[in-house]
Amino acid sequence: MSGRVYVARSARVAARKLGEEMLVMSAVDSTLFTLNPTATILWEAVDGATLLDEIVNSKICSEFEVNGEEALRDAEMLAKDLAKHGILLISDQPITPANSRVPERV
Amino acid sequence: MSALLQEMSDRALALGVPFSVQVDLTYRCNEKCIHCYLDHDDHGEMTTAEIKFLLKEMAEAGVFILTLSGGEVFLRRDFFEILEYARELTFCVKLKTNAVLIREEQAARLRELAVQSIQVSIYSHRPEVHDAITKVPGSLRRSINAIRFLKSQNLKVIMANVLMTANREDIHGVRALADELGVECTLDPTVTPMMDGDRSVLTLNAGESALRQIFRDEAFIGNAEEFCAPPPPPTPDSMDSLPCSAGHTACYVSPYGEFYPCVQFPLSCGNVRRQRFIDIWRNSEQLKEVRSIRLRDLTSCSKCAHGSTCTRCPGLAFLEGNMRGPSIADCEKSYARTGIPSANLLAKTETAAPRRLVQIQLVPAITGSRFDGIGAGAQ
Ligand code: SF4
Ligand code: SF4
Repeated sequence: MSGRVYVARSARVAARKLGEEMLVMSAVDSTLFTLNPTATILWEAVDGATLLDEIVNSKICSEFEVNGEEALRDAEMLAKDLAKHGILLISDQPITPANSRVPERV
Repeated sequence: MSALLQEMSDRALALGVPFSVQVDLTYRCNEKCIHCYLDHDDHGEMTTAEIKFLLKEMAEAGVFILTLSGGEVFLRRDFFEILEYARELTFCVKLKTNAVLIREEQAARLRELAVQSIQVSIYSHRPEVHDAITKVPGSLRRSINAIRFLKSQNLKVIMANVLMTANREDIHGVRALADELGVECTLDPTVTPMMDGDRSVLTLNAGESALRQIFRDEAFIGNAEEFCAPPPPPTPDSMDSLPCSAGHTACYVSPYGEFYPCVQFPLSCGNVRRQRFIDIWRNSEQLKEVRSIRLRDLTSCSKCAHGSTCTRCPGLAFLEGNMRGPSIADCEKSYARTGIPSANLLAKTETAAPRRLVQIQLVPAITGSRFDGIGAGAQ
């Protein structure tokens, strides 16, 4: 990945912010995740329409004063990891509800 | 509950967040179960708009687990509209239903909407027993068909049974049926009073000997020796422990908007038709009182041998007249489990007529047979 990707939340999750952390449950297999405050910011910002590197620049780098490249690498790793569990979707095209279906069983 | 979910629930407690809420969408039902605790007439259910407004407020308050129940939820024509909205708000949605109205189409829709689990009431594997309890001929066949439809959609199904005299011979049959269908199975060992406090349904309870049998049946309770072991003496920590989640991380809203600490704890704390959900959660005097209860403040239970291990339900205690008092159903369960009478039952025996006092000699067989009498006398 090069940050030139679009990321969206799957519709097949339950999610709620608890304090600074996000609690996410996959409806696919009921796996539960907690996202740390940085990952939570990313989770809340991804909309399927904004490129990941733009989100990292505007929401993470400015907020946490971290190096852009490093932050992008971390964000990509996180996105890939969550995509593996079906709770985030990654595409090189903008993601709309029509093309956002994920497999229901992994 | 998984360790992580428990950790999140603990965090919700620390943050004062209502983590899990049950909303009953209707009390109307297409079954007329003999043990049901509800009045099935419609006294003015919340409208679709009112329920959606409530769900929005609940999401903002931080509610994660939303249990939709009834009555029978599928009797609401707007059920899928409500469910769709709940999922838009990213609740983890659990359903409780008799499933009689679920066909392929409804099951597919539930899968699309990513419902977390569906609890279906099944009281026997035999139609003549189940249908006699629901008073609806053909209901077992329809509920089982529905479970098959739900399973074919890879949905998580839990069969929920309630132990009564009418079905006490069938608990293993229900479990075998659950295994055959590939679903989980739970068994509630006691019938609870009606929400208005009417205790007549308690006569349906299977009684102490059935409880004793189940509490020694490893298919239901795991390690019987551990489960039935005499309780350890209460520690300072257990004296300060919370009775349960009701009012702490969980609450209940009725179809009429009444806000209670739990579905089994009908202490009105407010009404979401007149007040904001979060205002009731934060400011209700009744909830504050519920939250203040600790084991050490309970007159009988703090002196009871079972204090540290008892599952005392404050809701049932409230229905018996005092939320800080013991709950007879739990006293009976503690006794059936361990053979050790509770402080409450001993006290009742001491204050009972002299003939009764003579009867309670601590010989298990004799104390066992007296229990029903003591329970009934207190009702
Ligand atoms: S113990 Fe009683 S009041 Fe508490 S959560 Fe359970 S049913 Fe509700
Ligand atoms: S057994 Fe009865 S008296 Fe003892 S702690 Fe439980 S509810 Fe209270």
